[in-house]
Amino acid sequence: MARIDLDLAHSYQPDPRQDADYALLPLKMSFADGGAYALLGPSGCGKTTMLNIMSGLLAPSRGTVRFDGKDVAQLSPQQRNIAQVFQFPVIYDTMTVADNLAFPLRNRKMPEDQIRKRVGEIAEMLELSGQLGRRAADLTADAKQKISLGRGLVRPDVSAVLFDEPLTVIDPHLKWQLRRKLKQIHHELKLTLIYVTHDQVEALTFAEQVIVMTRGKAVQVGSADALFERPQHTFVGHFIGSPGMNFLPARARGRALDVAGRTLALPPGLALPEGELKLGIRPEYVALTAAEDPAALPVTVAQALDIGTHVLVTGQCGELKIKARLNPELEAPRCGDTAWLRVIGPHTCFYQNEELIP
Amino acid sequence: MSTTKPVNQKAWWLVLPVVICVAFSAVLPLMTVVNYSLQDIISPERRVFVGTEWFVAAMRDEELHGALWRQLTFSLAVLAVEIPLGIMLALSMPAKGWKASAVLVVVSLSLLIPWNVVGTIWQIYGRADIGLLGAMLQKMGFDYSYTGNATHAWITVLTMDVWHWTPLVALLCYAGLRSIPDAYYQAASIDGASRFAVFRYIQLPKMRGVLMIAVLLRFMDSFMIYTEPFVLTGGGPGNATTFLSEYLTQKAVGQFDVGPAAAFSLIYFLIILLLCFILYNWMQRVGTASKEGAGHE
Repeated sequence: MARIDLDLAHSYQPDPRQDADYALLPLKMSFADGGAYALLGPSGCGKTTMLNIMSGLLAPSRGTVRFDGKDVAQLSPQQRNIAQVFQFPVIYDTMTVADNLAFPLRNRKMPEDQIRKRVGEIAEMLELSGQLGRRAADLTADAKQKISLGRGLVRPDVSAVLFDEPLTVIDPHLKWQLRRKLKQIHHELKLTLIYVTHDQVEALTFAEQVIVMTRGKAVQVGSADALFERPQHTFVGHFIGSPGMNFLPARARGRALDVAGRTLALPPGLALPEGELKLGIRPEYVALTAAEDPAALPVTVAQALDIGTHVLVTGQCGELKIKARLNPELEAPRCGDTAWLRVIGPHTCFYQNEELIP
Repeated sequence: MSTTKPVNQKAWWLVLPVVICVAFSAVLPLMTVVNYSLQDIISPERRVFVGTEWFVAAMRDEELHGALWRQLTFSLAVLAVEIPLGIMLALSMPAKGWKASAVLVVVSLSLLIPWNVVGTIWQIYGRADIGLLGAMLQKMGFDYSYTGNATHAWITVLTMDVWHWTPLVALLCYAGLRSIPDAYYQAASIDGASRFAVFRYIQLPKMRGVLMIAVLLRFMDSFMIYTEPFVLTGGGPGNATTFLSEYLTQKAVGQFDVGPAAAFSLIYFLIILLLCFILYNWMQRVGTASKEGAGHE
């Protein structure tokens, strides 16, 4: 129940000199009270570091962590009153399921009748009611992770609940169920939830705001829609979407754009800085078009995969590869054909130094 | 429909080497003891079958009862001191870095010393005239003497065993502690657990396996203790530190009462077996079955 503001940098080395020495480059970020956030990025991008700094398991090398304006950077997790769920289930072997769920409350000296009530509610939500009296050590990995989740959610007054890839060990079908459960719990309990994952589907379905991270840097914060339509950084374009965005090296010359030896016309009203840049377009927005279209490139079709909902076409244009998701009801080009693919349209983005040109 | 498995009795031959090895290493020596325990051997040519007479005699032997009680008290004292001390030592040892290696070496030193040397070290160490410990205690006004005072002798033997074997318990616990993943400590810290709760609900349960080994090893070893008290006190003063092995040796080798000694060593063997069985089963249940009741409060 708190707004969290980060303004910090962290390095695991005592004397960081260059960017590569930092696990987290200097960043500023805010998490609103009651929001559902996801930290998305590949392994080693700093997302777990950021989570541990928020929970207090790690003190940042410099900067502040503010909960409702109060700097807590040097406080322990107990003092911050925060909950965290880890990648692998952590349960107290000798306790029953009920005692496991009650543990964080007992440590904070909550009255026993309130504890019983709260544990009952959480067990109900996670469908653990039938197993409350059982020894936690005897349960399956799925159930153990549910207990871990339950211990994270059981305290009603926490500043935030942090999840560190909590569904990694869970079966796919149950994973889906639990993800919906978490969303539902978010609605019911109005807790601030911050969820770390490297799975874009997980992040995009769970969170209202997704923070995409790479190499110790948060490159974009936004809704699923914004990440898809207007990636702020080429990394986001690559990382989000399946397959990721097409990026084509280009050179702007006034109203014209040179791409792969062809000069394309820019739509009216779009002004680009002169010089080297990158054209980015999602495979979903690449379309077949008539020959010699001024917004299209000719490609030799290298591969055409019918995936049912769409046909995934990979076209070769000189050195460049362009991927397109085409409607299966239209006739798809065959391997070896020459096709014209339109790459400039309302959804095309342009990048200079990997950053989106606004 | 059931298919009958082919039965090949020749497979028994494959077990034969093991049977022979075990026969020579365990069964035959044991049978010699059984043989002695049932006969009165008067001379190499004359022997009389006496049935359970020696067993009955051993069971009624007052001195033996004394030795058995001393032994039980001693073994329990050993466990009561060495197990908690070993755990505490393991908890305070550094987890990594060069300090961890250095501490491990220092802690294991006493384990490398042969039993009789340990006895000799303590014999000299505790001497009232020249021993570092004995002379110092004398100077401080304690009339310490492990040769004259039964209580002092008993405490000295116990201290010697603690000094010699606590490191074993500590090393086992240390190994157990190092195998606990960091996430458990992190979760406990998030859950607001106190230092004691971390010990009680994470470290102790995770050390259960190694502690069981430590308890059994220390129990069996201390129950059979012989060399160190033999060197240090020779069982004295009086019979204050005459434990079971010592008493048995006196009977078998000293007085050459082979029959009663054999009968008694069989009883001795069964006592150890029984106590280990009880200890093992009790410890198996602690922490697994015991909490079942608490769940239905």
